[in-house]
Amino acid sequence: MLDKNGIAKRIAKEVKDGYYVNLGIGIPTLVANFVRDDISVEFQSENGVLGMGPFPFEGEEDPDIINAGKQTITTLPGASFFDSAMSFSMIRGKHVDLTILGAMEVAENGDIANWKIPGKMVKGMGGAMDLVASAENIIVAMMHTNRAGESKLLKRCTLPLTGVGCVKKIVTNLAVLEVTPEGFKLLERAPGVSVEEIEKATEGNLIVEGEIPEMQI
Amino acid sequence: MIKKTVANVQQALQGVEDGMTFMLGGFGLCGIPENAIAELVRLGIKDITCISNNAGVDDFGLGLLLQKHQIKKMISSYVGENDEFERQMLSGELEVELTPQGTLAEKCRAAQAGFPAFYTPAGYGTEVAEGKETREFDGKMYVLEPAFKADFSFVKAWKGDEAGNLIFKGTARNFNPCMCGAATITVAEVEELLPAGSLDPNEIHIPGIFVQRIFQGEKYEKRIEQRTVRTRN
Repeated sequence: MLDKNGIAKRIAKEVKDGYYVNLGIGIPTLVANFVRDDISVEFQSENGVLGMGPFPFEGEEDPDIINAGKQTITTLPGASFFDSAMSFSMIRGKHVDLTILGAMEVAENGDIANWKIPGKMVKGMGGAMDLVASAENIIVAMMHTNRAGESKLLKRCTLPLTGVGCVKKIVTNLAVLEVTPEGFKLLERAPGVSVEEIEKATEGNLIVEGEIPEMQI
Repeated sequence: MIKKTVANVQQALQGVEDGMTFMLGGFGLCGIPENAIAELVRLGIKDITCISNNAGVDDFGLGLLLQKHQIKKMISSYVGENDEFERQMLSGELEVELTPQGTLAEKCRAAQAGFPAFYTPAGYGTEVAEGKETREFDGKMYVLEPAFKADFSFVKAWKGDEAGNLIFKGTARNFNPCMCGAATITVAEVEELLPAGSLDPNEIHIPGIFVQRIFQGEKYEKRIEQRTVRTRN
C-alpha cells in the first residue's frame, strides 16, 4: 500500500518531457517533488503563474507571489505571470498538457466529485470544474477508500458532480486504473497489494485482464 | 492626457450606495483592494453583492465586510478560508453563488469586452448548469454563461499613472485586469502613483481607458495567507 508521497511518486512517472502541468491542492502538489530532473516541465498555477518553483527560503517570501493554494512560492527562469482570464484560456483552450487533481469520489463512467458535501462542506469548486471540463489528460490522485473503509471508486457518484465523463486515469494507494467504457480497468497493483484487495475496495465495475503487474516506483 | 487621479479613497468611492453590485480583484488575500475595502467598511453601506474569487479570511479582506453584515450576496469560486462566511451561508443570512473560477474570470472579461454571454464547457452536467441554456459544438456540450453587470469595480495594481494606466506585480494580477472596465465605474488603487509619462507604454498591462478613478493607497498590509518556506542547507 502506498502513502501520499508514494501516490505522488507514481504519478510523477506520467509527467513527460515538454509538458505544461496543472497540479491541484493536496497529493497533486507533492508530484512536483518527484518529477525527474532530466526532463523539462513547467507547472501552471491557475491564479496566474507558469514556471512555478519551490517554496522561498525563509525571509524571502513575497506576498505578491503565491500558488493556487495561497502558499508563498518562487518562480524559475522562463516563468511568466498572467491574469485569471488568460490562465483559464490556457486551461479551457487545452494548452495545458496534464491536469492532476484530487477527488472525493470517482465513478466508473469517469464522473468526478470533489467540491461539495451537501450540508457539511461547501468550500466551492475553485478552478476544478474548468480543469476537468477541458483537460484531455486528467489523472486523479486519491485514496481508494474513505476513513470508514468504504470505496471511493463507485458505480455512480453520490456527491454533487464536478464534471461528467472526464477522468481517464486514477492512481490510488492501492492501484493504477484506467477509466474505460466498461468500467475501471486495473493496470497496476501497489507494492504488496493483491488483486483481491483491490476488488474488495472497488465498488464500481473492476476489469482485471491477465496478470496485473506491481507498480514500479 | 485624460487625468483619472482622485485625491484619496473617499473621493474614489463617491457614489457607492446600499444594494449595489461590486467587483473586487484578488486571489485569496493576494492583490486585494485593501483601501477600498476599508472605506466600504467605514461607510457602512449595506446589502451589497460582491463578485470576488474568494471571501477573505475572518479578520481581513472581504471578511471585514462580512463581520459587519454588509454583504447580502457573494459570487465566488472558493470560500474555504473563512469561518464567519461559512456560518452566515449555512444559516441563510448570506446568499452565495458559487461559480467555476474560469467562468468567473470570463464573466468579468465578457463585461469588459462587450460580450453579453459566452459558452463554456465548465460545469456542464453539474448543478452549476441547472436552468442554464446548453448547446453542442463539435460533439461537446457547453453551458451559456451571461456577462456580469456591476456598479463598481475595485481593483489593485502595483504601479499606475495619472492617465489610469496600470501595471500589476506577480500573482497579485489575478482577477484585477479582468475587472477593469467591467463595471460602470472602475476604481484602481495602486501602491505607487506616478506622473503620466513615467511608465513605459510597452509595459502597461491595462490601459487607462478601462479606469475611471485612480488613487494611491495609504498603506498596504499584504497579509500572507499560507507562509510556506524551505530551509537553507
